[in-house]
Amino acid sequence: MSIIEVNNLSLFYGNFQALKNINLNVEQQKITALIGPSGCGKSTFLRCLNRMNDLIDDVHITGSVKIASHDIYHNSFDLLGLRKKVGMVFQRPNPFPLSIYDNVVYGLRVHGILDKKIMEEKLKWSLESVHLWAEVKDKLDANALTLSGEQQQRLCIARLAAVEPEVLLMDEPCSALDPISTAKIEDLMYELKKQYTIIIVTHNMQQAARVSEYTGYFLLGDLVEFGETTQIFTSPKDSRTEDYLTGRFG
Amino acid sequence: MTRLERNERLIKIALFVIACSAVSILAVITIFIFSEGTPIMFKYGLRSFLLGLDWYPSEQSFGLLPMIIGSVMVTFGSLLVGVPFGLACAIFLTEFSSRRLRHILKPIIELLAGIPSVVYGFIGVVILVPFIRETLGGPGLSVLAASIILGIMILPTIISISIDSLQAVPRSYREGSIALGATKWQTTKMVILPAAKSGIIASIILGMGRAIGETMAVIMIAGNAINIPRSVLDPVRTLTSNIALEMGYASGEHRQALFATGVILFIIIMILNTIANATSVKGKAAK
Ligand SMILES: Nc1ncnc2c1ncn2[C@@H]1O[C@H](COP(=O)(O)OP(=O)(O)OP(=O)(O)O)[C@@H](O)[C@H]1O
Ligand SMILES: [Mg+2]
Repeated sequence: MSIIEVNNLSLFYGNFQALKNINLNVEQQKITALIGPSGCGKSTFLRCLNRMNDLIDDVHITGSVKIASHDIYHNSFDLLGLRKKVGMVFQRPNPFPLSIYDNVVYGLRVHGILDKKIMEEKLKWSLESVHLWAEVKDKLDANALTLSGEQQQRLCIARLAAVEPEVLLMDEPCSALDPISTAKIEDLMYELKKQYTIIIVTHNMQQAARVSEYTGYFLLGDLVEFGETTQIFTSPKDSRTEDYLTGRFG
Repeated sequence: MTRLERNERLIKIALFVIACSAVSILAVITIFIFSEGTPIMFKYGLRSFLLGLDWYPSEQSFGLLPMIIGSVMVTFGSLLVGVPFGLACAIFLTEFSSRRLRHILKPIIELLAGIPSVVYGFIGVVILVPFIRETLGGPGLSVLAASIILGIMILPTIISISIDSLQAVPRSYREGSIALGATKWQTTKMVILPAAKSGIIASIILGMGRAIGETMAVIMIAGNAINIPRSVLDPVRTLTSNIALEMGYASGEHRQALFATGVILFIIIMILNTIANATSVKGKAAK
Protein backbone atom coordinates (compact mmCIF):
# COMPACT_ATOMS: atom_id res chain seq x y z
CA MET A 1 0.00 0.00 0.00
CA SER A 2 1.28 3.49 -0.80
CA ILE A 3 1.52 5.77 2.17
CA ILE A 4 2.99 8.68 0.25
CA GLU A 5 1.74 9.74 -3.17
CA VAL A 6 3.59 12.48 -4.99
CA ASN A 7 1.96 13.92 -8.10
CA ASN A 8 3.55 16.38 -10.54
CA LEU A 9 5.62 17.95 -7.80
CA SER A 10 7.77 20.88 -8.89
CA LEU A 11 9.76 23.17 -6.65
CA PHE A 12 11.35 26.53 -7.37
CA TYR A 13 13.96 28.37 -5.32
CA GLY A 14 13.17 31.82 -6.70
CA ASN A 15 13.48 31.28 -10.44
CA PHE A 16 15.60 28.15 -10.17
CA GLN A 17 13.63 24.95 -10.64
CA ALA A 18 15.11 22.38 -8.28
CA LEU A 19 12.46 19.67 -8.79
CA LYS A 20 10.79 18.94 -12.10
CA ASN A 21 7.44 17.19 -12.16
CA ILE A 22 8.18 14.40 -9.75
CA ASN A 23 5.76 11.47 -9.60
CA LEU A 24 6.35 8.68 -7.15
CA ASN A 25 4.61 6.45 -4.64
CA VAL A 26 6.22 5.25 -1.46
CA GLU A 27 5.22 1.87 -0.06
CA GLN A 28 4.36 1.50 3.58
CA GLN A 29 6.90 -0.19 5.86
CA LYS A 30 9.48 -0.46 3.13
CA ILE A 31 12.78 1.30 2.69
CA THR A 32 13.00 3.58 -0.30
CA ALA A 33 16.44 4.87 -1.29
CA LEU A 34 17.03 8.06 -3.27
CA ILE A 35 20.33 8.28 -5.12
CA GLY A 36 21.88 10.69 -7.56
CA PRO A 37 24.76 13.12 -7.96
CA SER A 38 25.26 16.15 -5.75
CA GLY A 39 22.86 19.06 -6.14
CA CYS A 40 20.23 17.14 -8.08
CA GLY A 41 17.45 17.78 -5.57
CA LYS A 42 17.37 14.73 -3.29
CA SER A 43 17.42 16.73 -0.08
CA THR A 44 15.01 19.23 -1.53
CA PHE A 45 12.60 16.43 -2.34
CA LEU A 46 12.92 14.90 1.11
CA ARG A 47 12.26 18.26 2.72
CA CYS A 48 9.04 18.57 0.71
CA LEU A 49 7.65 15.55 2.55
CA ASN A 50 7.70 17.21 5.97
CA ARG A 51 7.41 20.73 4.62
CA MET A 52 10.79 21.81 5.96
CA ASN A 53 11.15 23.90 2.82
CA ASP A 54 8.56 26.20 4.37
CA LEU A 55 11.40 27.61 6.46
CA ILE A 56 13.21 28.90 3.38
CA ASP A 57 12.16 32.23 1.93
CA ASP A 58 11.06 32.45 -1.67
CA VAL A 59 10.20 28.79 -2.27
CA HIS A 60 7.35 27.99 -4.62
CA ILE A 61 5.79 24.55 -4.93
CA THR A 62 3.27 23.11 -7.41
CA GLY A 63 1.70 19.68 -7.62
CA SER A 64 0.55 17.60 -4.70
CA VAL A 65 1.94 15.42 -1.93
CA LYS A 66 -0.47 13.12 -0.18
CA ILE A 67 0.42 11.30 2.98
CA ALA A 68 -2.12 8.70 4.10
CA SER A 69 -4.45 10.22 1.49
CA HIS A 70 -4.28 13.75 2.93
CA ASP A 71 -2.86 16.58 0.85
CA ILE A 72 -0.14 17.98 3.11
CA TYR A 73 0.01 21.25 1.18
CA HIS A 74 -3.68 21.94 1.66
CA ASN A 75 -4.33 25.19 3.54
CA SER A 76 -6.10 23.57 6.45
CA PHE A 77 -3.51 20.83 6.92
CA ASP A 78 -2.09 20.48 10.44
CA LEU A 79 1.58 21.27 9.86
CA LEU A 80 2.82 20.49 13.37
CA GLY A 81 0.95 17.18 13.30
CA LEU A 82 2.56 16.38 9.95
CA ARG A 83 6.04 16.83 11.36
CA LYS A 84 5.17 14.62 14.29
CA LYS A 85 4.05 11.94 11.85
CA VAL A 86 6.94 12.38 9.43
CA GLY A 87 10.23 12.50 11.33
CA MET A 88 13.56 13.54 9.92
CA VAL A 89 17.10 12.32 10.58
CA PHE A 90 19.78 14.73 9.43
CA GLN A 91 23.15 14.28 7.77
CA ARG A 92 25.08 15.46 10.81
CA PRO A 93 23.72 14.08 14.07
CA ASN A 94 22.04 17.07 15.71
CA PRO A 95 21.08 16.24 19.27
CA PHE A 96 20.18 19.35 21.27
CA PRO A 97 22.81 20.51 23.76
CA LEU A 98 20.62 19.21 26.57
CA SER A 99 20.69 16.06 28.65
CA ILE A 100 20.03 12.70 27.00
CA TYR A 101 16.75 12.55 28.89
CA ASP A 102 15.62 15.99 27.69
CA ASN A 103 16.54 15.10 24.12
CA VAL A 104 14.40 12.00 24.01
CA VAL A 105 11.35 13.50 25.71
CA TYR A 106 11.66 16.73 23.73
CA GLY A 107 9.05 15.74 21.16
CA LEU A 108 6.66 14.60 23.90
CA ARG A 109 6.93 17.92 25.69
CA VAL A 110 6.45 19.79 22.43
CA HIS A 111 3.27 17.86 21.78
CA GLY A 112 1.93 18.46 25.25
CA ILE A 113 2.71 15.16 26.96
CA LEU A 114 4.08 16.16 30.35
CA ASP A 115 3.13 13.17 32.48
CA LYS A 116 6.34 11.94 34.16
CA LYS A 117 5.33 8.29 34.02
CA ILE A 118 4.45 8.29 30.34
CA MET A 119 7.63 10.19 29.57
CA GLU A 120 9.77 7.64 31.37
CA GLU A 121 8.07 4.72 29.67
CA LYS A 122 8.55 6.26 26.23
CA LEU A 123 12.11 7.19 27.08
CA LYS A 124 13.03 3.62 27.87
CA TRP A 125 11.08 2.21 24.96
CA SER A 126 12.56 4.54 22.37
CA LEU A 127 16.11 4.20 23.62
CA GLU A 128 15.68 0.42 23.57
CA SER A 129 14.37 0.51 20.03
CA VAL A 130 17.67 2.05 18.88
CA HIS A 131 19.75 -0.17 21.23
CA LEU A 132 21.02 2.75 23.22
CA TRP A 133 19.29 2.04 26.50
CA ALA A 134 21.99 -0.21 27.95
CA GLU A 135 24.71 2.27 27.08
CA VAL A 136 23.09 5.38 28.50
CA LYS A 137 20.66 4.24 31.18
CA ASP A 138 23.10 5.27 33.92
CA LYS A 139 23.85 8.67 32.50
CA LEU A 140 20.55 10.05 31.32
CA ASP A 141 21.46 13.41 32.80
CA ALA A 142 24.70 13.66 30.82
CA ASN A 143 24.86 16.17 28.00
CA ALA A 144 23.95 14.48 24.72
CA LEU A 145 26.93 16.08 23.01
CA THR A 146 29.26 13.87 25.07
CA LEU A 147 28.10 10.80 23.12
CA SER A 148 29.97 9.47 20.09
CA GLY A 149 28.77 10.40 16.61
CA GLU A 150 27.04 7.09 16.08
CA GLN A 151 25.40 7.20 19.50
CA GLN A 152 24.27 10.75 18.73
CA GLN A 153 22.67 9.59 15.49
CA ARG A 154 20.93 6.77 17.37
CA LEU A 155 19.76 9.28 19.93
CA CYS A 156 18.31 11.44 17.16
CA ILE A 157 16.39 8.43 15.90
CA ALA A 158 15.21 7.65 19.44
CA ARG A 159 14.10 11.25 19.75
CA LEU A 160 11.85 10.69 16.74
CA ALA A 161 10.72 7.25 17.87
CA ALA A 162 9.38 8.76 21.09
CA VAL A 163 6.66 10.64 19.22
CA GLU A 164 5.81 7.53 17.19
CA PRO A 165 6.06 8.80 13.64
CA GLU A 166 4.87 6.78 10.66
CA VAL A 167 7.54 7.87 8.22
CA LEU A 168 11.25 8.42 8.77
CA LEU A 169 13.09 10.68 6.36
CA MET A 170 16.84 10.13 6.49
CA ASP A 171 19.14 12.51 4.65
CA GLU A 172 22.52 10.78 4.35
CA PRO A 173 22.29 9.60 7.96
CA CYS A 174 25.61 7.76 7.82
CA SER A 175 27.78 10.17 5.92
CA ALA A 176 29.39 11.49 9.10
CA LEU A 177 30.00 7.99 10.47
CA ASP A 178 32.74 5.39 10.06
CA PRO A 179 31.99 2.04 8.30
CA ILE A 180 31.35 0.08 11.50
CA SER A 181 28.95 2.68 12.85
CA THR A 182 27.33 2.79 9.41
CA ALA A 183 26.74 -0.97 9.51
CA LYS A 184 25.11 -0.62 12.94
CA ILE A 185 22.78 2.12 11.73
CA GLU A 186 21.89 0.01 8.69
CA ASP A 187 21.02 -2.94 10.92
CA LEU A 188 18.87 -0.61 12.91
CA MET A 189 17.05 0.53 9.78
CA TYR A 190 16.17 -3.10 9.01
CA GLU A 191 14.49 -3.44 12.37
CA LEU A 192 12.83 -0.05 12.22
CA LYS A 193 11.08 -0.75 8.95
CA LYS A 194 8.79 -3.15 10.78
CA GLN A 195 7.25 -0.03 12.26
CA TYR A 196 8.10 2.80 9.97
CA THR A 197 8.20 3.69 6.33
CA ILE A 198 11.75 4.83 5.65
CA ILE A 199 13.03 7.07 2.88
CA ILE A 200 16.78 7.41 2.80
CA VAL A 201 18.98 9.67 0.69
CA THR A 202 22.42 8.21 0.19
CA HIS A 203 25.55 8.73 -1.85
CA ASN A 204 26.63 5.24 -1.06
CA MET A 205 25.42 2.94 -3.83
CA GLN A 206 26.14 -0.24 -1.90
CA GLN A 207 24.12 1.12 0.97
CA ALA A 208 21.15 1.73 -1.30
CA ALA A 209 21.50 -1.79 -2.72
CA ARG A 210 21.88 -3.33 0.74
CA VAL A 211 19.08 -1.72 2.66
CA SER A 212 16.35 -0.63 0.29
CA GLU A 213 13.44 -2.32 -1.45
CA TYR A 214 12.82 0.59 -3.81
CA THR A 215 15.24 3.03 -5.38
CA GLY A 216 14.79 6.33 -7.17
CA TYR A 217 17.48 7.97 -9.25
CA PHE A 218 17.47 11.77 -9.35
CA LEU A 219 19.33 13.81 -11.94
CA LEU A 220 19.20 17.60 -12.15
CA GLY A 221 15.78 17.82 -10.56
CA ASP A 222 14.27 14.94 -12.56
CA LEU A 223 13.31 11.59 -11.14
CA VAL A 224 14.91 9.64 -13.96
CA GLU A 225 13.97 6.20 -12.81
CA PHE A 226 12.09 4.66 -9.93
CA GLY A 227 11.47 1.01 -9.21
CA GLU A 228 12.42 -2.02 -7.19
CA THR A 229 16.00 -1.87 -6.05
CA THR A 230 16.99 -5.23 -7.58
CA GLN A 231 15.60 -4.16 -10.92
CA ILE A 232 17.28 -0.74 -10.84
CA PHE A 233 20.64 -2.22 -9.94
CA THR A 234 20.54 -5.20 -12.28
CA SER A 235 18.64 -3.98 -15.32
CA PRO A 236 18.05 -0.22 -15.29
CA LYS A 237 15.63 0.91 -17.97
CA ASP A 238 17.18 4.32 -18.48
CA SER A 239 20.69 4.58 -19.90
CA ARG A 240 21.44 7.56 -17.61
CA THR A 241 20.79 5.40 -14.55
CA GLU A 242 23.09 2.75 -15.94
CA ASP A 243 25.83 5.33 -16.55
CA TYR A 244 25.57 6.50 -12.97
CA LEU A 245 25.52 3.02 -11.43
CA THR A 246 28.46 1.81 -13.46
CA GLY A 247 30.42 4.87 -12.46
CA ARG A 248 30.61 6.44 -15.87
CA PHE A 249 29.06 9.56 -14.41
CA GLY A 250 28.58 11.32 -11.11
CA MET B 1 70.76 36.42 11.16
CA THR B 2 69.11 37.61 7.97
CA ARG B 3 67.55 41.02 7.64
CA LEU B 4 64.07 39.57 7.64
CA GLU B 5 64.67 37.69 10.82
CA ARG B 6 66.11 40.78 12.49
CA ASN B 7 63.07 42.81 11.46
CA GLU B 8 60.78 40.14 12.77
CA ARG B 9 62.58 40.23 16.08
CA LEU B 10 62.44 44.02 16.32
CA ILE B 11 58.73 44.04 15.61
CA LYS B 12 58.17 41.39 18.23
CA ILE B 13 60.09 43.41 20.83
CA ALA B 14 58.28 46.62 19.91
CA LEU B 15 54.88 44.97 20.22
CA PHE B 16 55.89 43.43 23.53
CA VAL B 17 56.90 46.84 24.90
CA ILE B 18 53.65 48.41 23.73
CA ALA B 19 51.60 45.60 25.27
CA CYS B 20 53.52 45.90 28.53
CA SER B 21 53.03 49.63 28.72
CA ALA B 22 49.29 49.28 28.21
CA VAL B 23 49.16 46.78 31.05
CA SER B 24 51.43 48.86 33.25
CA ILE B 25 49.32 52.00 32.78
CA LEU B 26 46.40 49.98 34.10
CA ALA B 27 48.52 48.68 36.94
CA VAL B 28 49.68 52.18 37.85
CA ILE B 29 46.11 53.47 37.94
CA THR B 30 45.04 50.56 40.11
CA ILE B 31 47.94 50.97 42.50
CA PHE B 32 47.32 54.71 42.69
CA ILE B 33 43.66 54.31 43.54
CA PHE B 34 44.37 51.67 46.15
CA SER B 35 47.28 53.53 47.74
CA GLU B 36 45.19 56.69 47.99
CA GLY B 37 42.03 54.98 49.12
CA THR B 38 42.91 52.09 51.42
CA PRO B 39 44.88 53.85 54.23
CA ILE B 40 41.87 55.87 55.32
CA MET B 41 39.65 52.80 55.16
CA PHE B 42 41.91 51.07 57.64
CA LYS B 43 42.33 54.18 59.76
CA TYR B 44 38.60 54.50 60.43
CA GLY B 45 37.80 50.81 60.01
CA LEU B 46 36.25 48.95 57.08
CA ARG B 47 33.03 48.64 59.02
CA SER B 48 32.48 52.34 59.33
CA PHE B 49 33.00 52.70 55.58
CA LEU B 50 30.87 49.83 54.39
CA LEU B 51 28.12 50.05 56.99
CA GLY B 52 28.18 53.65 58.11
CA LEU B 53 25.05 55.64 57.38
CA ASP B 54 26.44 59.15 57.62
CA TRP B 55 28.62 60.90 55.11
CA TYR B 56 29.92 64.13 56.69
CA PRO B 57 33.45 64.40 55.37
CA SER B 58 34.14 67.59 57.35
CA GLU B 59 33.36 65.71 60.60
CA GLN B 60 35.34 62.60 59.72
CA SER B 61 32.34 60.41 59.17
CA PHE B 62 32.62 58.52 55.94
CA GLY B 63 29.70 56.08 55.83
CA LEU B 64 29.21 54.79 52.29
CA LEU B 65 26.26 52.49 52.91
CA PRO B 66 23.63 54.85 51.42
CA MET B 67 25.73 55.18 48.27
CA ILE B 68 26.39 51.44 48.05
CA ILE B 69 22.67 50.79 48.41
CA GLY B 70 22.01 53.57 45.89
CA SER B 71 24.32 52.00 43.33
CA VAL B 72 22.87 48.56 43.86
CA MET B 73 19.27 49.83 43.60
CA VAL B 74 19.74 51.77 40.39
CA THR B 75 21.77 48.97 38.87
CA PHE B 76 19.18 46.30 39.61
CA GLY B 77 16.43 48.70 38.61
CA SER B 78 18.13 49.21 35.28
CA LEU B 79 18.36 45.44 34.81
CA LEU B 80 14.65 45.08 35.55
CA VAL B 81 14.02 47.51 32.71
CA GLY B 82 16.81 46.57 30.33
CA VAL B 83 16.93 42.77 30.51
CA PRO B 84 13.33 41.90 29.57
CA PHE B 85 13.23 44.53 26.84
CA GLY B 86 16.68 43.72 25.53
CA LEU B 87 16.14 39.99 25.52
CA ALA B 88 12.72 40.27 23.89
CA CYS B 89 14.25 42.50 21.24
CA ALA B 90 17.15 40.12 20.59
CA ILE B 91 14.82 37.12 20.38
CA PHE B 92 12.49 38.93 18.00
CA LEU B 93 15.31 40.04 15.74
CA THR B 94 17.03 36.65 15.53
CA GLU B 95 14.13 34.23 15.58
CA PHE B 96 11.04 36.00 14.34
CA SER B 97 11.99 38.90 12.07
CA SER B 98 13.12 38.78 8.49
CA ARG B 99 16.80 38.97 7.72
CA ARG B 100 16.25 42.37 6.08
CA LEU B 101 14.69 43.91 9.15
CA ARG B 102 17.51 42.54 11.31
CA HIS B 103 20.15 44.03 9.04
CA ILE B 104 18.46 47.42 9.30
CA LEU B 105 17.70 47.41 13.03
CA LYS B 106 20.84 45.91 14.53
CA PRO B 107 23.18 48.73 13.44
CA ILE B 108 20.64 51.30 14.62
CA ILE B 109 20.50 49.67 18.04
CA GLU B 110 24.27 49.60 18.21
CA LEU B 111 24.27 53.28 17.33
CA LEU B 112 22.35 53.91 20.56
CA ALA B 113 25.51 52.93 22.41
CA GLY B 114 27.30 55.86 20.80
CA ILE B 115 25.00 58.54 22.17
CA PRO B 116 26.86 60.45 24.93
CA SER B 117 25.49 59.76 28.38
CA VAL B 118 24.90 63.45 29.04
CA VAL B 119 22.30 63.34 26.27
CA TYR B 120 20.50 60.47 27.98
CA GLY B 121 20.64 62.45 31.21
CA PHE B 122 19.27 65.50 29.48
CA ILE B 123 16.36 63.56 28.03
CA GLY B 124 15.72 62.17 31.50
CA VAL B 125 15.65 65.63 33.07
CA VAL B 126 13.48 67.18 30.41
CA ILE B 127 10.97 64.40 29.80
CA LEU B 128 11.09 61.54 32.31
CA VAL B 129 11.62 63.42 35.58
CA PRO B 130 8.68 65.85 35.13
CA PHE B 131 6.54 62.95 33.97
CA ILE B 132 7.28 60.92 37.11
CA ARG B 133 6.77 63.98 39.33
CA GLU B 134 3.36 64.69 37.84
CA THR B 135 1.97 61.17 37.55
CA LEU B 136 3.53 59.31 40.49
CA GLY B 137 4.49 62.10 42.85
CA GLY B 138 7.75 62.71 44.70
CA PRO B 139 10.53 64.93 43.42
CA GLY B 140 10.81 63.10 40.11
CA LEU B 141 14.58 62.90 40.48
CA SER B 142 14.57 59.35 41.76
CA VAL B 143 15.67 55.72 41.74
CA LEU B 144 12.90 55.08 39.22
CA ALA B 145 14.04 57.76 36.78
CA ALA B 146 17.65 56.62 37.00
CA SER B 147 16.66 52.96 36.56
CA ILE B 148 14.65 53.68 33.45
CA ILE B 149 17.29 55.82 31.79
CA LEU B 150 20.07 53.39 32.70
CA GLY B 151 17.89 50.52 31.52
CA ILE B 152 17.67 52.21 28.14
CA MET B 153 21.39 52.92 28.12
CA ILE B 154 22.31 49.26 28.63
CA LEU B 155 19.92 48.03 25.92
CA PRO B 156 22.50 48.15 23.11
CA THR B 157 24.95 46.05 25.13
CA ILE B 158 22.35 43.45 26.03
CA ILE B 159 20.72 43.33 22.62
CA SER B 160 23.79 43.13 20.48
CA ILE B 161 25.66 40.55 22.56
CA SER B 162 22.48 38.48 22.97
CA ILE B 163 21.87 38.59 19.22
CA ASP B 164 25.42 37.39 18.62
CA SER B 165 25.03 34.49 20.99
CA LEU B 166 21.60 33.54 19.64
CA GLN B 167 22.93 33.60 16.10
CA ALA B 168 25.85 31.44 17.14
CA VAL B 169 23.41 28.62 17.95
CA PRO B 170 23.78 26.12 15.09
CA ARG B 171 20.99 26.03 12.53
CA SER B 172 20.81 22.26 12.94
CA TYR B 173 19.32 22.70 16.43
CA ARG B 174 16.52 24.83 15.01
CA GLU B 175 15.90 22.40 12.17
CA GLY B 176 15.91 19.40 14.50
CA SER B 177 13.34 21.02 16.71
CA ILE B 178 11.08 22.28 13.93
CA ALA B 179 11.26 18.87 12.25
CA LEU B 180 9.88 17.35 15.45
CA GLY B 181 6.79 19.51 15.14
CA ALA B 182 7.82 22.24 17.57
CA THR B 183 6.64 25.80 17.01
CA LYS B 184 9.17 28.61 16.69
CA TRP B 185 8.45 29.77 20.22
CA GLN B 186 8.84 26.26 21.66
CA THR B 187 12.11 25.95 19.77
CA THR B 188 13.34 29.26 21.12
CA LYS B 189 12.32 28.51 24.67
CA MET B 190 13.44 24.90 24.89
CA VAL B 191 16.54 24.77 22.68
CA ILE B 192 17.84 28.12 21.52
CA LEU B 193 17.76 29.99 24.83
CA PRO B 194 19.41 27.18 26.83
CA ALA B 195 22.07 26.86 24.12
CA ALA B 196 22.75 30.60 24.14
CA LYS B 197 22.51 30.93 27.91
CA SER B 198 26.12 31.72 28.68
CA GLY B 199 26.30 34.50 26.10
CA ILE B 200 23.07 36.00 27.35
CA ILE B 201 24.30 35.97 30.94
CA ALA B 202 27.53 37.61 29.84
CA SER B 203 25.52 40.32 28.08
CA ILE B 204 23.53 40.97 31.23
CA ILE B 205 26.64 41.21 33.37
CA LEU B 206 28.34 43.54 30.93
CA GLY B 207 25.20 45.69 30.90
CA MET B 208 25.30 45.64 34.69
CA GLY B 209 28.91 46.83 34.64
CA ARG B 210 27.93 49.65 32.36
CA ALA B 211 25.02 50.65 34.63
CA ILE B 212 27.02 50.58 37.83
CA GLY B 213 29.82 52.65 36.33
CA GLU B 214 27.61 55.25 34.66
CA THR B 215 28.02 58.69 36.21
CA MET B 216 26.86 61.66 34.20
CA ALA B 217 23.32 60.55 33.42
CA VAL B 218 22.83 59.36 36.99
CA ILE B 219 24.01 62.64 38.51
CA MET B 220 21.49 64.48 36.35
CA ILE B 221 18.44 62.39 37.23
CA ALA B 222 18.93 60.47 40.48
CA GLY B 223 18.65 63.46 42.82
CA ASN B 224 21.93 62.74 44.65
CA ALA B 225 20.53 63.05 48.16
CA ILE B 226 22.48 60.97 50.68
CA ASN B 227 19.88 58.74 52.24
CA ILE B 228 18.64 55.21 52.02
CA PRO B 229 15.59 55.48 49.78
CA ARG B 230 12.35 54.13 51.16
CA SER B 231 10.62 53.93 47.79
CA VAL B 232 11.66 54.03 44.16
CA LEU B 233 10.36 57.60 44.00
CA ASP B 234 12.99 58.82 46.49
CA PRO B 235 16.23 60.38 45.28
CA VAL B 236 19.54 58.53 45.74
CA ARG B 237 23.24 59.07 45.36
CA THR B 238 25.41 56.38 43.76
CA LEU B 239 29.09 55.66 44.40
CA THR B 240 30.09 57.14 41.06
CA SER B 241 28.04 60.29 41.63
CA ASN B 242 29.62 60.70 45.04
CA ILE B 243 33.10 60.83 43.54
CA ALA B 244 32.18 63.07 40.63
CA LEU B 245 30.18 65.54 42.71
CA GLU B 246 32.77 66.12 45.44
CA MET B 247 36.13 65.56 43.80
CA GLY B 248 36.29 69.16 42.62
CA TYR B 249 36.61 70.68 46.08
CA ALA B 250 37.69 67.76 48.29
CA SER B 251 41.06 67.78 50.04
CA GLY B 252 42.87 65.82 52.75
CA GLU B 253 40.93 62.96 54.27
CA HIS B 254 37.82 63.88 52.32
CA ARG B 255 39.74 63.35 49.11
CA GLN B 256 41.09 60.04 50.38
CA ALA B 257 37.58 58.95 51.30
CA LEU B 258 36.52 59.59 47.71
CA PHE B 259 39.36 57.36 46.57
CA ALA B 260 38.07 54.78 49.02
CA THR B 261 34.71 55.07 47.27
CA GLY B 262 36.58 54.35 44.06
CA VAL B 263 38.21 51.29 45.59
CA ILE B 264 34.84 49.84 46.54
CA LEU B 265 33.46 50.53 43.08
CA PHE B 266 36.55 48.97 41.54
CA ILE B 267 36.12 45.80 43.58
CA ILE B 268 32.42 45.50 42.71
CA ILE B 269 33.17 45.85 38.99
CA MET B 270 36.06 43.37 39.17
CA ILE B 271 33.76 40.81 40.74
CA LEU B 272 31.15 41.35 38.00
CA ASN B 273 33.72 40.99 35.24
CA THR B 274 35.13 37.84 36.76
CA ILE B 275 31.67 36.32 36.87
CA ALA B 276 31.06 37.35 33.26
CA ASN B 277 34.31 35.78 32.10
CA ALA B 278 33.72 32.63 34.09
CA THR B 279 30.23 32.10 32.71
CA SER B 280 31.24 32.66 29.10
CA VAL B 281 34.26 30.38 29.42
CA LYS B 282 32.15 27.71 31.05
CA GLY B 283 29.61 28.05 28.24
CA LYS B 284 32.30 27.57 25.63
CA ALA B 285 33.69 24.54 27.39
CA ALA B 286 30.26 22.92 27.32
CA LYS B 287 30.06 23.26 23.52
N1 LIG C 1 17.88 27.24 0.05
C1 LIG C 1 18.18 27.16 -1.24
N2 LIG C 1 18.08 28.25 -2.03
C2 LIG C 1 18.39 28.19 -3.34
N3 LIG C 1 18.80 27.08 -3.96
C3 LIG C 1 18.92 25.96 -3.24
C4 LIG C 1 18.63 25.94 -1.83
N4 LIG C 1 18.84 24.69 -1.37
C5 LIG C 1 19.26 23.96 -2.43
N5 LIG C 1 19.31 24.72 -3.55
C6 LIG C 1 19.68 24.26 -4.89
O1 LIG C 1 18.80 23.25 -5.27
C7 LIG C 1 19.50 22.20 -5.93
C8 LIG C 1 19.23 20.90 -5.24
O2 LIG C 1 19.80 20.93 -3.93
P1 LIG C 1 19.69 19.72 -2.92
O3 LIG C 1 20.32 20.14 -1.65
O4 LIG C 1 18.30 19.24 -2.88
O5 LIG C 1 20.60 18.63 -3.64
P2 LIG C 1 21.04 17.20 -3.12
O6 LIG C 1 20.66 16.25 -4.19
O7 LIG C 1 20.54 16.95 -1.76
O8 LIG C 1 22.61 17.34 -3.10
P3 LIG C 1 23.64 16.68 -2.09
O9 LIG C 1 23.81 15.28 -2.56
O10 LIG C 1 24.89 17.47 -2.30
O11 LIG C 1 23.10 16.79 -0.72
C9 LIG C 1 20.97 22.58 -5.92
O12 LIG C 1 21.28 23.09 -7.19
C10 LIG C 1 21.06 23.63 -4.88
O13 LIG C 1 22.05 24.58 -5.23
MG1 LIG D 1 21.48 16.73 0.19
